[in-house]
Amino acid sequence: MAIPAVVRVVEAHALVYRRTWRGSVISTFFSPVLYLLAMGVGLGSLVDAGAGPADLGGLSYLAFLAPGLLVATAMQTGAGDGSWPVMAGIKWTKTYHATLATPVGVRDLVVGHLGWVGLRLTFVSVVFVAIMAAFGAVESWAGAMAVVPAVLTGLAFAAATTAYAAYLDNDTGLSTLFRFGIVPMFLFSGTFFPISQLPDWLEPLASVVPLWHGVELARSLALGIPTTWSPLIHVGYLLVWIVVSTLVGFRMFSRKLRQ
Amino acid sequence: MPLVEARSLTKKFGDLTAVDAVDFEVARGESFGFLGPNGAGKTSAMRMIGAVSPVSDGYLQVLGMDPAVDGPEIRRRLGVVPQDDTLDTELSVAENLLIYGRYFDLPRPLIRERITELLDFAQLSERRDDKVEPLSGGMKRRLTIARALINQPELLILDEPTTGLDPQARHVLWDRLYRLKQQGVTLIVTTHYMDEAEQLCDRLVIMDKGKIVAEGSPRQLIEAYSTREVLEMRFPVGVQETILDRLDGLAKRTEALPDRVLLYTDNGDGTAAEVAKRGLQPESVVVRRSTLEDVFLRLTGRTLVD
Repeated sequence: MAIPAVVRVVEAHALVYRRTWRGSVISTFFSPVLYLLAMGVGLGSLVDAGAGPADLGGLSYLAFLAPGLLVATAMQTGAGDGSWPVMAGIKWTKTYHATLATPVGVRDLVVGHLGWVGLRLTFVSVVFVAIMAAFGAVESWAGAMAVVPAVLTGLAFAAATTAYAAYLDNDTGLSTLFRFGIVPMFLFSGTFFPISQLPDWLEPLASVVPLWHGVELARSLALGIPTTWSPLIHVGYLLVWIVVSTLVGFRMFSRKLRQ
Repeated sequence: MPLVEARSLTKKFGDLTAVDAVDFEVARGESFGFLGPNGAGKTSAMRMIGAVSPVSDGYLQVLGMDPAVDGPEIRRRLGVVPQDDTLDTELSVAENLLIYGRYFDLPRPLIRERITELLDFAQLSERRDDKVEPLSGGMKRRLTIARALINQPELLILDEPTTGLDPQARHVLWDRLYRLKQQGVTLIVTTHYMDEAEQLCDRLVIMDKGKIVAEGSPRQLIEAYSTREVLEMRFPVGVQETILDRLDGLAKRTEALPDRVLLYTDNGDGTAAEVAKRGLQPESVVVRRSTLEDVFLRLTGRTLVD
């Protein structure tokens, strides 16, 4: 792996993005507003009037929800950027084949791709936190640090889906992943309610999902409350996901593109 | 030292041996071809030379380096035109070249200069800022070649450069490749078109089922494996089978294809007259000179394009 080659790959992504940014930027701004309005404010008024505050440790539902949604949005962005674009590069437009005919190597390509996704995640998360603040869902400036676990969670999913997309021979597996993987995780990993509300047998399962660790960290930073486990464990878990998935990605890319 | 040198070069995919212990050399400035039908192992050989596919067995050096060790350094000095267009269709013509130039670590001002030159060379200057998507097949191919030249490679490898193009687009492309050769660029081309091999290659190897079955210049190969001329005859449906024995002794070699009979002879018109003397009345008679297709047919018993 060579640093300049990685930078070149990021640069290429940026150039492509210059052509295609409009759609994604609009949804970056609108989807947090819509979700926070509908779930945080709308549904929240019901939750806050009922048994909510007792189970949420005295938090308003909006305050509880917002950091969770931040990380869940990062997860979806990361998983999306790691799936179809990778399949396209390998199979459809085949631009990865062209890239790998240059001095750029497989590792440069994978790391550069994830580096670009990291930049996009940072932008998406910063915008989200700013909108959270506008809704009054960030307690202090330290709350802005919730961007960090959001980016890490997004990268964990981006790296994993990148490896998976490179492993697949066609994109039906990707639809399945989103339908039966990403959507359930989005709903049941502590974003909308604490995982302690889950049936006891499901709780350990939810704690395996990287999203939950990111949500724990983000909620702690945004609201100044403690995490369930040590923050080091949560961060370490996300980092292990990123590193292991990236290494698996190297293998999958080599299998498809360096045969 | 040859620019590319292979000894017992082998490529295996599991149980399948795509390239089976082949030897070849490509000299600097030469235009070298791999001719063979689909599945002969041409693309696998090219991918090993391009340092994108590891060698399974044998020896290969490219530009004096070992692809297993110096892959990035080799690729820095190569140009590759793959079989499929791998352009970024969402980007403009010029942006495709810009991105590619950056992969080679070239400074932007230099890339801009080369884009102007290369688009001129590829006859795409007017399409500079257009998206790639709506370009014709021939234009996309020329853009792919322009892209492969952005790093001013010493060696340009082209995998089936004109497959799928109409005749006019093919001739434009051949002309451009000929100009590159004049400029001293070494070319390695794969093709299953004999006319392309004859047009482009100083020297070529004929591949079949992973092996090299013959090697030489197009002229040498034709002289060694075929006659000066070929008499092609078509008979009405069902008749061909019944008259084959009446062609005995007319030509050095007779080849019965499903739709026609080929008589290999040094004097096509003379042989045609003999056929008429024997009272045979083909539906059509064509006398042509021998081509690499005939060489291939002789060596493998099959035609190049099935």
